[in-house]
Amino acid sequence: MTNIALDLVGQATLVLKRAGEVEGTGRSEDALAFLRDAREYRNALMLELPNGDFGFTMIRQYLFSVFAMHQWDALSRVGDADLAGIAAKALKESRYHVRHAGEWVVRLGDGTDESHARAQDALDSLWPYTGELFMSDSVEQALAADGLAVDCSTLKAAWDADVNELLAPATLRRPADAYMQRGGRSGLHTEHLGHMLAEMQVLQRTHPRAEW
Amino acid sequence: MPATRASVYTALDSVKDPEIPTLSVVELGIVRDVEIEGDAVTVVITPTYSGCPAMRVIEDDITAALNASGVAEVRIKTVYSPAWTTDWIGQAAREKLIEAGIAPPQHSGAHHPVQLKRREPVLCPFCGSPNTSLRSAFGSTGCKALHFCNACTQPFDEFKSI
Repeated sequence: MTNIALDLVGQATLVLKRAGEVEGTGRSEDALAFLRDAREYRNALMLELPNGDFGFTMIRQYLFSVFAMHQWDALSRVGDADLAGIAAKALKESRYHVRHAGEWVVRLGDGTDESHARAQDALDSLWPYTGELFMSDSVEQALAADGLAVDCSTLKAAWDADVNELLAPATLRRPADAYMQRGGRSGLHTEHLGHMLAEMQVLQRTHPRAEW
Repeated sequence: MPATRASVYTALDSVKDPEIPTLSVVELGIVRDVEIEGDAVTVVITPTYSGCPAMRVIEDDITAALNASGVAEVRIKTVYSPAWTTDWIGQAAREKLIEAGIAPPQHSGAHHPVQLKRREPVLCPFCGSPNTSLRSAFGSTGCKALHFCNACTQPFDEFKSI
């Protein structure tokens, strides 16, 4: 998990650095990571939920990594050469995350009665958070039309195909698509994000511009 | 004496990857190009992994090695495209990895589907046996996976292919 985290922190550093350059106000990747409040974050709600048990953690990792893999793949063909380069690099890392997490999903789902029950519970709890991954807005659609971003809704079919293919050997039942949670992409978060940011940002908030 | 490509590459050959000290940054394919402009040398590098914690050390080591070889001004330029691949690790470097007890990366096969794909067996770097099993997808560093040789009962790292 820590090695996957290392890849994700690396990817976030590169993307935030590029975002700061495009924004043009001189904000560094660290300023964007450590000095924004929860309402300014645009992450999907799924990613801020507490870790739960190992089954929950790995199933979330799998559901998200498949999405990230297809998103990086599409982003590797956008018009911004820097972003496309970052995406091509991150794509390789995401493929490894998908394989690693996918093997765990099969092992847990097709394991003991206990691991199967926990894996199915985790999948059922996480499912209402998967819809948000594919909800695009007018900004994203306009950027996608100019070839500068990816319309997330176009990634759904590939994600569905991959997830369905894995759930079969994992002997897990795909939950029905019902009400889907939303809000993260527009800055409306669960109560969990604020607590996490308080923990992660405490050093920069207490000692502004500290370097290590 | 002004720097030449040959003298710069000779200096860079002494810069080892801090996490894989058996290989230089040139052998690993981290150094993509060298540009010489008067007294200034620009070294173009690419990270192996987005979050590789060794990159900062590598940049400092490159600057120090070139300074020691007489280059006054060293600039480091980082590029992300084309993305680094283990396919850039040459044959001689692969043999050095085996000598150091690390199984070299297989061909990356970047365009093949990844899910649950059965791979070629990883050969034990100590006894050469194909009778090995994966113990952990991540090993002593993020770029390696941990395997176990069932023939000589030796655990070993494999350089992950990406």
